[in-house]
Amino acid sequence: MTPDQLGFLTLLKKEVMRFWSVLGQTVTAPVITALLYLLVFAQAMAGRAPVYPGIGYTEFLIPGLVMMTVIQNAFANTSSSLMQSKMMGNIVFLQMAPLGPLQWFAAYILAAIARCALVSVAMVLATLPFVQLPVREPLAALAVFLLAAGSLAALGLIAGIVAEKFDHIAAFTNFLITPLSFLSGVFYSVHALPPLWFKASHLNPFFYMIDGFRYGFFGHGDVPIALSLAWSLGFFLLVSAICMWMLVTGYRLKR
Amino acid sequence: MYSNPQKTDAAAGTAALQIRDVRKRYGSLEALRGVSFDIAPGEFFALLGPNGAGKSTLISIIAGLVGADTGSVAVMGHDTVKDFRAARRKLGVVPQELVFDPFFKVRELLRIQAGYYGCGKESWPWIEEMLERLDLASKTEVSMRALSGGMKRRVLIAQALVHKPPLVILDEPTAGVDVELRRTLWAFMRELHAQGTTVVLTTHYLEEAQELCSRVAILDRGAVQVIEPTPQLLARHPYRFLRLKLAGGAQLPESLRELVTANVEGVMELKLETRRHPIGAVFEALRSAGLAIEDVQTREPDLEDIFIELTGHKAGNGR
Ligand SMILES: Nc1ncnc2c1ncn2[C@@H]1O[C@H](COP(=O)(O)OP(=O)(O)OP(=O)(O)O)[C@@H](O)[C@H]1O
Ligand SMILES: [Mg+2]
Repeated sequence: MTPDQLGFLTLLKKEVMRFWSVLGQTVTAPVITALLYLLVFAQAMAGRAPVYPGIGYTEFLIPGLVMMTVIQNAFANTSSSLMQSKMMGNIVFLQMAPLGPLQWFAAYILAAIARCALVSVAMVLATLPFVQLPVREPLAALAVFLLAAGSLAALGLIAGIVAEKFDHIAAFTNFLITPLSFLSGVFYSVHALPPLWFKASHLNPFFYMIDGFRYGFFGHGDVPIALSLAWSLGFFLLVSAICMWMLVTGYRLKR
Repeated sequence: MYSNPQKTDAAAGTAALQIRDVRKRYGSLEALRGVSFDIAPGEFFALLGPNGAGKSTLISIIAGLVGADTGSVAVMGHDTVKDFRAARRKLGVVPQELVFDPFFKVRELLRIQAGYYGCGKESWPWIEEMLERLDLASKTEVSMRALSGGMKRRVLIAQALVHKPPLVILDEPTAGVDVELRRTLWAFMRELHAQGTTVVLTTHYLEEAQELCSRVAILDRGAVQVIEPTPQLLARHPYRFLRLKLAGGAQLPESLRELVTANVEGVMELKLETRRHPIGAVFEALRSAGLAIEDVQTREPDLEDIFIELTGHKAGNGR
């Protein structure tokens, strides 16, 4: 192993240890929240006409809920990690280390993906006694999962770089991530929306992540899977490019 | 052991640290106004200056935490921007602020830190040795957040050394530490230096710089005021200090009164310019005025006197 590779793996390991040491907050809590949604909505919507023919509401709901949780946790992982390092000042140890921008980027993003994978598996396992989901297109589901977790982790890094205090991260979460993830067809098919909202949903990248992920399970979505993949990939490339630009130029981190 | 890490670089005649016309502005404030100097391998170097002189800013630029507006820095011949990986592998910096990562335990943290520099298990014995030397052996499994300030400072020092850098820069390592720890740190820094490490130190305890460092730079308002070997710098000061107590609390003759810089309960300190006021002449004046000396003491100027002379500031907590 070269020193550069070891440096990168160490940062990745450190980032994984960080969320691992507080699993209660980083994995258990989001799983419980998602299960509560499932319980409440499955009860409330019981007896309604199925969204997709032959698929029960609870079944329909689970992939979307998993994806919503992935979106929120990927963002939370990188943004809070970076913000804490900035606030505690220990970010200097990383900045003084011989780690390049790409190593930073990859380590933070992969650690966030690892957390999201853990959360997703935990959610699917927890619901297994009640609902057995089909997995018709596993590759599509995996691709959308990786792109979504990667994009939101990169967005979290951007927020962590730009923010000057925790309030800024909270604002980012409350005014961008949470609303967009709720208004993305987790709880309904966008076809059930009034025309204006229907149109607006199609400008929300989270909508494609959720629809594409759901397609991976049912082989059926509101829009073609190619479109969902294209949007997810495009969004990932956009936020990654912005994030990398910030890391390369030292934007806000290097004074 | 920490054995002579930079021998090859020294042989090639490369400066351990080369600073060229470094400038840095913060808005309208010019924190560094064109700083240039070299530090040779194996030096024990003091970077002194009053609060706000720009010492930490310069160190941050060397470490890559802050970008210089113009100018360049090279560590062991490696440009800190263009060749940042190589430069950073050769550099260890102890930051002035007590920063730490509360998520980790002491030993865990040091192993992670070593990993960033590409040092794996082979660095673990060195980590254990440092834990021992810095009196942290009983704290290896303690969370960083549970350490006292002095212990955190020691961990910071160990962190800067995990990858055995040939150049170590310590930004006020002895600020806020007790006398015993200060002695321990001095011994530790001396040992590092003896083993071939180039050491750069900032401090407000000038006797510390005087005792440890072979060369001194004084930075003031973002510019280097003076940079000289310590003995030469001390010799620059053309004064001696004479402390006198006269029998019966008598007053000095008129001719000597202008030389008094302090008078505490009849003990007077006179600042004598070596050439204009030889000590013999003072005694002669006292004798001819018929005054008897109860007690006398002379003091050589120290770095603090020179510092005040050059910057017009008190060094702070030096004495
Ligand atoms: N991030 C910053 N933004 C604005 N001004 C800064 C910043 N960092 C340092 N300065 C200013 O630059 C000047 C030099 O500061 P620096 O910390 O380098 O001084 P110093 O010599 O290390 O002082 P001290 O002995 O107090 O540690 C100061 O006037 C300081 O206020
Ligand atoms: Mg300072």
